[in-house]
Amino acid sequence: MTLHYIVPGDDFTRAGEASGDLKRKMKKLGFPSDVIRKVSIALYEGEINMVIHAYGGEITAEISSSEIDLTLADTGPGIPDIEKAMQDGYSTATEQVRNLGFGAGMGLPNMKKYTDEFQIESEVGVGTTVRMKVYNHS
Amino acid sequence: MNVNEIAEKCGFKIAAGDDALTRTVEGIYCCDLLSFAMGRAPEDFAWITVMGNMNSVAVASLTDVACIVLCDRVQPDEDMLKKAVQQDIAVLLSDKPAFDTGLLIHEAIS
Ligand SMILES: Nc1ncnc2c1ncn2[C@@H]1O[C@H](COP(=O)(O)OP(=O)(O)OP(=O)(O)O)[C@@H](O)[C@H]1O
Ligand SMILES: [Mg+2]
Repeated sequence: MTLHYIVPGDDFTRAGEASGDLKRKMKKLGFPSDVIRKVSIALYEGEINMVIHAYGGEITAEISSSEIDLTLADTGPGIPDIEKAMQDGYSTATEQVRNLGFGAGMGLPNMKKYTDEFQIESEVGVGTTVRMKVYNHS
Repeated sequence: MNVNEIAEKCGFKIAAGDDALTRTVEGIYCCDLLSFAMGRAPEDFAWITVMGNMNSVAVASLTDVACIVLCDRVQPDEDMLKKAVQQDIAVLLSDKPAFDTGLLIHEAIS
């Protein structure tokens, strides 16, 4: 099963919709709760990043009985130094976004921690694509 | 002890929560940085925070905490309440700072 989501830029009221929806669908399909938790956390962090750092983007989720593949693509400003961005605590979040509780610089590290495969490609001025896989163990 | 009983025992107001009020609270987690909480808040814990916006509801729902406790007299904004009702996430309101709020819950559940 393949699912597509459009993540609108700068709309916090809708951020979290894709991860919420995918969580519900995976529950219905009977995935184990730890697999659902990993997928929803990783996807939420990615979704929020697209909203606060990249004016929105697109998500494709492919669900099979053996794994969940997530692709998050945006055409935002890109990340100049991925290694730095991946470090715990590194954040360029604005004051406004920090006041909402974001900007701990833990989003990308969470995504890596909660997924079995994690890849990030980015080009400044072109955009960022994150690919993640979570294996289903049951 | 469930969320409803904790609210009563600790003197917290209930701002949202339907079936969610019957969830059992297994422990207490305290943090205001959302992606910290996202990565570390344990399932079925009461999550104490000052972040009264709807992103807290999203974090609560995805981490499956038992409830959100807004401390330090923070009031949830309208969007947060709407989301909390929609997703049936219990939201409690405490007049006390985070530490004292946690202590109250700790005494209630142990
Ligand atoms: N999709 C993206 N487009 C452009 N820059 C990004 C994107 N995702 C992450 N970044 C950059 O990488 C940094 C680290 O991201 P990360 O998600 O770890 O932290 P954060 O979003 O700043 O804070 P947190 O996720 O803890 O709320 C960001 O501050 C930003 O500079
Ligand atoms: Mg982030």
